[in-house]
Amino acid sequence: MKRYQAQILLLAALVISFVISRFSDQFDSYYLDIALTAGISIVLAVSLNLVNGHTGQFSLGHAGLMAVGAYGSAVVSLELRPGLAGIFGTGEFGQGMAFITALLTGGLLAAVFGWMIGVPSLRLRGDYLAIVTLGFNEIIRVILQNTKPGSVFGGALGLSGIPSQATIFWVFGAAAVCVYVVTSMVNSTWGRGFLAVRDDEVAASASGISTTRYKVTAFVVGAFFAGIGGGLYAHQKGAINPEGFNFLKSFDVVVIVILGGMGSTVGVIAAAIILTVLNEYLRDYEQYRMIIFSLLLIIMMLLRPQGLLPASLFEKKGRAA
Amino acid sequence: MSDGLHLKDVTIQFGGLKAVSGLSFEVPPGGIFGLIGPNGAGKTTVFNLITGVYRPTAGDITFNGISLPGHPPHRITPLGIARTFQNIRLFPSLSVFDNVRCAMGMHLRGGMGSVLLRGSAWREEEAMVDTEIMDLLEIFDLGSLRNEKAVSLPYGDQRRLEIVRALATRPKLLLLDEPAAGMNPTEKEVLMNLIRFIRDKFDISIMLVEHDMKVVMGICQHIAVLEYGIKIAEGTPKEIQCHPRVIEAYLGVCAD
Repeated sequence: MKRYQAQILLLAALVISFVISRFSDQFDSYYLDIALTAGISIVLAVSLNLVNGHTGQFSLGHAGLMAVGAYGSAVVSLELRPGLAGIFGTGEFGQGMAFITALLTGGLLAAVFGWMIGVPSLRLRGDYLAIVTLGFNEIIRVILQNTKPGSVFGGALGLSGIPSQATIFWVFGAAAVCVYVVTSMVNSTWGRGFLAVRDDEVAASASGISTTRYKVTAFVVGAFFAGIGGGLYAHQKGAINPEGFNFLKSFDVVVIVILGGMGSTVGVIAAAIILTVLNEYLRDYEQYRMIIFSLLLIIMMLLRPQGLLPASLFEKKGRAA
Repeated sequence: MSDGLHLKDVTIQFGGLKAVSGLSFEVPPGGIFGLIGPNGAGKTTVFNLITGVYRPTAGDITFNGISLPGHPPHRITPLGIARTFQNIRLFPSLSVFDNVRCAMGMHLRGGMGSVLLRGSAWREEEAMVDTEIMDLLEIFDLGSLRNEKAVSLPYGDQRRLEIVRALATRPKLLLLDEPAAGMNPTEKEVLMNLIRFIRDKFDISIMLVEHDMKVVMGICQHIAVLEYGIKIAEGTPKEIQCHPRVIEAYLGVCAD
């Protein structure tokens, strides 16, 4: 059993979220919505953590990639619905297949965008990379905003009427897959390359590690899950508009990663849940929200710069594998 | 003829400065080769040229018949050239074990796909890596420290760990950049034995840049002397020690 521990955990997570999903009408829809938001935050933050935390490439463009995934999947769901129903049927299974097609389309589109931005911009480091990814985020948003109203992208008003298919199963299933992929990648001899790139690029390349290749891989995988997260978001809210993917959204994800602990998947998951819940509590004090978040960030930087649950807490003792 | 490392008329120019100029020498397999010279003579630049950090402006570098210039460092390492750095460059946030593990990645056949499947092929490879790392660490008395953070090690252990990491790439030629820097006479003695031991145990050639004459003269079979990027002498330790140009430029007195 221990040999397939990771796979079994993944399967268990999928089964559990499926079962809970079956009973989701028993729960208050308000809390259900918070749970979905938390799950999507986990997908976004764990994938960004691969780029910012493990590989040490500070990206501020996660919302842009999320927008690509959200719009990509929403367009598939809205425009290709009859065609997909023709292929998969209109039953529950057919709708699920249609949804997964939409999600994967969004994820793959985002991955392609991630690759296109990643290859040229990962030559930059630190602040410069952050600025370029931030710029990319804004470019995506502005382009979407300036599409014609009534076109497939809906212009500044965005898209509405997207089927609300993001259930507990899909959201937490995607979160489980995302966590599985990121942890499997990082916790392997091959994946130590990401950490080596973060720690010292010169020593990494002298150790036979292609720094560019690892950076681009991290960026593309991170982008893919940002796209999936965006697709889930679109199918949770039912409506999306370009403003929803401005740089503040990127910033929210970065805050989760920093608070949770750069490079610590468990910490980032915890932070994603805590911040989502906190966000709900602060809904009545909306005008103070950014102030409170900023204060939280400053306090954390002073008291616990390594994050809530730093990666070093979970390092494997003894031998690998 | 083509075995080992060959530098032929290697020149590198940074703007108006010729850091290395028309340098030629060869490091045959199985020997210990020393590169010495005053500060700023271009010794580390030579290492950076060999390992692909810099590309020579002119001239050619071959290793076992393969021309190196134009290849990035991560392609040169698999050809069998590993190095350490003048200012130790370990992966500070990683454990001793993982520092070495990073250098093992290039031997793996399975990439991202096998990592995600976590199947039996992946498990076997990880087990192979595990054994090889632990064997290496044991040889250098670092086995018991495998879970320590690399930065928390004492200086001498960090130097040794850097050598272990370089050896994990299974090199045929090991480049050591000032391995004795910051060591006391006893530690230097130990280091000299260690370098000889590495050459014999792993059957590789070693090239070192070093300031400490006792170390260089003690272990090198062959020495080249650089001054302002130009080779002013080459020969056995004995020949170098009393070479008039070397004494003038660097040593000051003849040791004999």
